[in-house]
Amino acid sequence: MTVQITQVILNGVLLGGLYAAMAAGFSLVWGVLNIINIMQGSAVVLGSYAAYFAWRYTGLNPLLAIAVAGPLLFGVGWVLQRFLIQRVVAAPVLITLVFTFGLDLVLNNAMISFFSADYRKIEGVFPTAPLTFGALTLPVDRLLAAVVGIGAAFALHLYLHKSRLGRAIVAVRMDRQTAELMGVRVELIYAMTFGLGLAMAGIAGCLLAAIFPTSPLNSAHYLHIAFVACVLGGLGSVLGAVAGGLLLGIVESLGSLFVGAEYGTTVAAVILLLMLFTRPQGLMGRAGYE
Amino acid sequence: MNSRVLLAIAIAVIGAAACAGLPLILAGEPYLMRLVTMFSLLLVLAASWNIVGGFTGYPSFATGAFFGLGAYAAAILQARGLDWRLALIVAGIAGAVLAAPVGYGVLRLRGHYFAVASLMLGAILRELTTGWSDLTGGGMGLTVAGAGGDPERLAAFSLRISLALAVLTVLLGAAIKWSRLGFGLDCIRMNETAAAGIGVDAQKLKTYAFTLSSVTSAIAGGVYAGWIGYIDPTDVYDVMWSVKPIVAVLLGGVGTILGPIIGAALFVALEEIVWRNVLSFSSGGLGVLIVLLLLVLPAGVLPSLVSRKRRP
Repeated sequence: MTVQITQVILNGVLLGGLYAAMAAGFSLVWGVLNIINIMQGSAVVLGSYAAYFAWRYTGLNPLLAIAVAGPLLFGVGWVLQRFLIQRVVAAPVLITLVFTFGLDLVLNNAMISFFSADYRKIEGVFPTAPLTFGALTLPVDRLLAAVVGIGAAFALHLYLHKSRLGRAIVAVRMDRQTAELMGVRVELIYAMTFGLGLAMAGIAGCLLAAIFPTSPLNSAHYLHIAFVACVLGGLGSVLGAVAGGLLLGIVESLGSLFVGAEYGTTVAAVILLLMLFTRPQGLMGRAGYE
Repeated sequence: MNSRVLLAIAIAVIGAAACAGLPLILAGEPYLMRLVTMFSLLLVLAASWNIVGGFTGYPSFATGAFFGLGAYAAAILQARGLDWRLALIVAGIAGAVLAAPVGYGVLRLRGHYFAVASLMLGAILRELTTGWSDLTGGGMGLTVAGAGGDPERLAAFSLRISLALAVLTVLLGAAIKWSRLGFGLDCIRMNETAAAGIGVDAQKLKTYAFTLSSVTSAIAGGVYAGWIGYIDPTDVYDVMWSVKPIVAVLLGGVGTILGPIIGAALFVALEEIVWRNVLSFSSGGLGVLIVLLLLVLPAGVLPSLVSRKRRP
């Protein structure tokens, strides 16, 4: 039993690494722009398609496809924010939510039209034999994907805290007006932030494509995961999103052991509500940031 | 008599006349009957959403969850031999029984937190419905007897009952808006902390509003189930049932009495145009419509016209 539980928690950590990448960009956009990006799930799926087609036509390893999907999604995000979302960015919550919902419908439906809703799977890239440690097993593809996912989130964290542009993003998150007075061009920072958010989604999409089948039908599930992980970890902190993603992965694995995998969203929602009522600022968030 | 009472009486009279007359006028026009029924159901959901999203200012995405719950409650009860009228009433009660505790909890959250928590409610109910297949038929869905009979009679009957429900929901909205409850909801929308400061029991009033709006949404689900005759989880818990009413109210005017009516009519008209012309891209077309709407007419059609008129 102990071995089984350990194995399940290990699986959860590996899953959580993917969730961390998915939630990091979502959390960044939410914190800086005060926008819930409903499109995040579809952006993840778009990243998966980039990896899938790169593999299909050139045989590129999906973990290396992040070099393609990241910049691609960054561009999409930058343009969307600069020319469309910027016009409603100061509007009430309802308006920005419905707006990104509309964008999500367009992107999701476009993907269904172009790629169809069929599930597509990348195969034969990674060795199928898992690594074994005593009684515990680690699938190679999942391990690599989780490492890259957490690594990408840490890279984002370092970028925000060490680079000049990253510092500007953090400054805008903390106090938009003062940042503006200090000469930060807020509109460009917003575009940059949204671009980074979608780039993280694209990277997460590549990692997911390495393991799971890809279909536009997955996007709502990914959105829920990003949201729950982000709230669990605490808003406004990339490392919080990583912690939230890992926690969610573990809870989901344990949940599928005890109540069945088909109730994934329900388990996540219960955990989320418990967290919101007991510690609304999240695991690592600071109170007052919401 | 003041203008509010006149407006309410006008809505009631026109609604009653439409309920009585439209099924006769449109007899032999199944396409138009379907369109008006669709409009009526959308109006029920839009006017219901307006109570929470418009009057109270809480961006709820839970309309579809209660719509689906009502559809399943009515369908399951009818399959057990309950009369369809009773089944609709019980569907409404089921909506209230779920909405009161859920609302009491979730309405503590504000802004984005509330929005996404309400969005997840539909996904949760869908999972539970699919999982509990002994009762709900799972992913296979359920066949609903409804009012039975031949298709033409069923169409006329569904048109009548959904229109009647729509009129009642609009009147319910008006009654709430012009009552003490509506005043309290107004205060909550403008500044919840200040409202609590002057003695508005925000938690209680928000839960009332959420529960009332869920009852009408759930009954609408029951009517839909009887009309369509077959339901499955992906259909009745579709997130579109939450989004379309919001878009309709945004089209017409948020927080107004006539806004949902105008918005639902415009929405059905626009949707039909999109459907006919770009069938394979229908929900994407809706997305384009949303984006354009929010960029061009952010306040909705009705307030935009009014404010244009008032401008000197």
